Amino acid sequence: MAFVNQLVAVSLVYVAFLFAIAFFAERAAARGRGGWLRSPLVYTLSLSIYCTAWTFYGAVGYAARSGMEFVTIYLGPSLVMIGWWWVLRKLVRIGRAQRATSVADLISARYGKSNLLAIVVTVMAVIGVTPYIALQLQSVTLSLSIFAAPEGDGSLNQLRAGFWIAFGLAIFTVLFGTRNLNANERHDGVVIAIAVEAMVKLVALLAVGIFVVWGIAGGIAPMMARIDASPIGEWNMDRSRWLALTALSAAAFLTLPRMFQVMVVENEDERHLQIASWAFPVYLMLMSLFVVPIAVIGLDLMPAGSNPDLFVLTVPLAQGQVGLATLSFLGGFSSATSMVIVATLALSTMVSNHVVMPVWLSAQSERAQVSGDVRDVVILSRRASILMIIGLGYFYYRFSGGGAALAAIGLISFVGVAQFLPAMLGGIFWRGATRWGALSGLVMGFSVWVFCSLLPSFGPGAVLSLATFEVGPWGLGWLRPHALFGIEGIDPTVHAIVWSLTLNTVSFILVSLVTFPDPLERLQGAQFVNVFDHSTRAQGWDAALATSEDLMIMTQRILGAAEAQSLFRAEAQKQGLDGHLPEPTQDFLQNLERELAASVGAATAHAMISQLVGGASVSVQDLMAVADESAQILEYSNQLEAKSSELSRTARQLRDANAKLTALSVQKDAFLSQISHELRTPMTSIRSFSEILRDTDGLGQVEKTKYASIIHGEAIRLTRLLDDLLDLSVLENGQVNLNLETGGLSAVLEKAVLTAQAGAHGPLDIRRRHLEETVSLTTDLDRLSQVFINLITNAQKYCDAATPCLTIDVRQDGPRIDVVFADNGTPIPDEAQALIFEKFARVGDQDGSGAGLGLAICREIMARLGGDISFAPGAQGNTFVVHLPRQMAMAAQ
Amino acid sequence: MSDPLLPPVFLERRMYRRRRVMDALRLLPILGVLLWMLPLFWPTATDAPGGPAPMRMSHAVIYVFVVWAGLIAASAALWFALHRSASLAADSDADTPREAGRGARREAR
Repeated sequence: MAFVNQLVAVSLVYVAFLFAIAFFAERAAARGRGGWLRSPLVYTLSLSIYCTAWTFYGAVGYAARSGMEFVTIYLGPSLVMIGWWWVLRKLVRIGRAQRATSVADLISARYGKSNLLAIVVTVMAVIGVTPYIALQLQSVTLSLSIFAAPEGDGSLNQLRAGFWIAFGLAIFTVLFGTRNLNANERHDGVVIAIAVEAMVKLVALLAVGIFVVWGIAGGIAPMMARIDASPIGEWNMDRSRWLALTALSAAAFLTLPRMFQVMVVENEDERHLQIASWAFPVYLMLMSLFVVPIAVIGLDLMPAGSNPDLFVLTVPLAQGQVGLATLSFLGGFSSATSMVIVATLALSTMVSNHVVMPVWLSAQSERAQVSGDVRDVVILSRRASILMIIGLGYFYYRFSGGGAALAAIGLISFVGVAQFLPAMLGGIFWRGATRWGALSGLVMGFSVWVFCSLLPSFGPGAVLSLATFEVGPWGLGWLRPHALFGIEGIDPTVHAIVWSLTLNTVSFILVSLVTFPDPLERLQGAQFVNVFDHSTRAQGWDAALATSEDLMIMTQRILGAAEAQSLFRAEAQKQGLDGHLPEPTQDFLQNLERELAASVGAATAHAMISQLVGGASVSVQDLMAVADESAQILEYSNQLEAKSSELSRTARQLRDANAKLTALSVQKDAFLSQISHELRTPMTSIRSFSEILRDTDGLGQVEKTKYASIIHGEAIRLTRLLDDLLDLSVLENGQVNLNLETGGLSAVLEKAVLTAQAGAHGPLDIRRRHLEETVSLTTDLDRLSQVFINLITNAQKYCDAATPCLTIDVRQDGPRIDVVFADNGTPIPDEAQALIFEKFARVGDQDGSGAGLGLAICREIMARLGGDISFAPGAQGNTFVVHLPRQMAMAAQ
Repeated sequence: MSDPLLPPVFLERRMYRRRRVMDALRLLPILGVLLWMLPLFWPTATDAPGGPAPMRMSHAVIYVFVVWAGLIAASAALWFALHRSASLAADSDADTPREAGRGARREAR
């Protein structure tokens, strides 16, 4: 017992040493001097948590029972590492790009950030790994008991020892595993402690091996002879186990939560993986190198019936090498503790991120950004999860009684976690894999594993009755746990591996083929499968809905104030903004989600941001843009669309132009026909009367004069028409030259009235108010009087009142002067009012002497002079108003 | 004579070497599987009586570990070769030709 106490003291010193290393590593990392912590060597050594106490003690026991079969457990991982280019390269890249925190996080992220899937994977992982943790506790207490056994009173209370070991491991894991909740779930202290433990266990096993080969056997050649002479001296291999266990260990190497933790989550640099691809197989080879010699010597030297799982300890002890045995004990202790710490860390991350946090978040009635600090909740739930998982391991150890051989428990655990493989590999290589496919595969494989491997491991009659083994449950012979579908004679482990993985894969593929993924799932699938082709653009958040303040508050609660502020400030700088708050762009939200995912997992981070933003928008464009070939099609069709819209725009413009041209052409035709008509009427009469004058003999002088007068009148009319047309054309083309001069309005009106009345045959009473006309104008007075003449002439021609009367008023109204011409004739009909200023517009069928150009000319002139002319219908006649702008007119002084 | 659009011949050769190193790297685990699954054909003690004598354990151990060491040596050598060509051809991406081609196509779009 005294020796046990010494051993405990040595272990405590060793643990204190590990504590110190972990502590200084964290300190160095915090000060930014932790470069050496992240070297390829440390990465490779941290991978060695694959070699647990199962390797350290169990491999020798395994070899003593089954010869070389133990080596399959290390061949699989060696092949995976040597073939890093195929799977690990992609897995690590995806894990880094998606900031995956655990294997559950990776699978859930791949299948549309499904939390259901994450929970299923988490539960399976906990169930699968718990026996493994129990195995570690068992191996440490068992090794302690070896030292206690020689003493007479040394009945070491194994259960109590197991409890204290579990307790100590929980403390260490809580202290160094949940100290910080920062980016990417990296734990410098833990990683460096594991690297040191990796060295210790390698050195211990090599030391025992060298002692056995050179110290006991006396060299390599005698050793080989003893191997051949031993009970395991002949190759006696179950071929199916050789194949199946190699495949199984390769699968478990990829899917074990603790391996994912050190290989993907703690990976600092992808080049470290390349170096580990050959360095880690070296480690595995060295760990396996002396297993067979130790087993052979143990079988040779130790009394029959001694536990071969403990040969690593008992052989040196039996040879009196207490120091070597102590080193060996520390090696086993290291293997067990490092595995428990990392496995617990990985599992607690999964439990906290995928079970506790979602439950807590949904239990919160308020929105995520208003309630208390999430960081505390996350850390608390991590710690509780750690205690729970180690507690589960302890209880499993306590109630299973620790009887089964180490290797058997280890293999059961391996088959359990290997069920993740189809969903994981399918997820990173096959875009057609769907959430329901993954779920059904996992559930199917897990059920088969529980029924064929886990439950039978408790022994016939413990959980499954003997009858179940003999005739199957409910007498269904094809469901016997060791002979599914009636195929008997398969090794039970191989049976479980083959059937669970086959049924898992088949249902994964079948369900994936018949179900349809939702858009987020398809997007994530494309990002995972084509991770080397795409910059990782996740789905788009509808950025407009989030405010930076809300995001800031939420981020502070998860990352801490300082980190959140520096993150936001960096983003604001990147956006070129001065303040601390960036615009909530899509890129920023994706970046933020990934940062948060590193702390609380993808599904939770997604849920938290969607609480603030109100739902992700996955547009069809997003989906197609990530798919390379689709993107090209999209690009092409976008170009086509752009071209086609441009074409239709051009076509529309052409149509418009054509319509305008057609309208103009119609106008031109109408104008030409009008002109022809106007010209033709006088020409006809001129021609007829000139023919009469030429051809008719004996015309009287009176008649001759009459006809000549008609010809003359028509010629004048033609001339006037041509003059008007010319005038109008000049005015419309803007070619007119204004002859500006200053004069009184009164004088202009006087001249116009005189001119108009000169050729008039009817009497027209013109009333004027001379006092109002004393306005001085600066304009083209001739043109203005032309307008007035036209208006007065019109009144003379068309006023049909019995006593025609024209009133000319001048009104000064603010900025302008109106000259009003009001007659007492029949008002122009409403429908004609709109047309009177148009060319060739004539009201009614009046005498036909006018060509209908007068008012059109007036309007053009007034437009040139800067004023205008309008028609105002009056009660007793027609009123034309000529507006003169102010600057044209100045009141006479 | 030399077209400025074409890269120099020696660089082309180096890229060619690099890709063949990658090919070897990819094929190495398959070789490992073949070699390590060879023991499936070894005669065992439980085979039908009258067959060949079972493989001796010392030979089996030596075989497995020699293959192991060989695979590690090959893997390390290939890694060094890749590493050296990567630092020599710093301008070229570490991706495979196919991926590099895709990248170029994407940029061209």
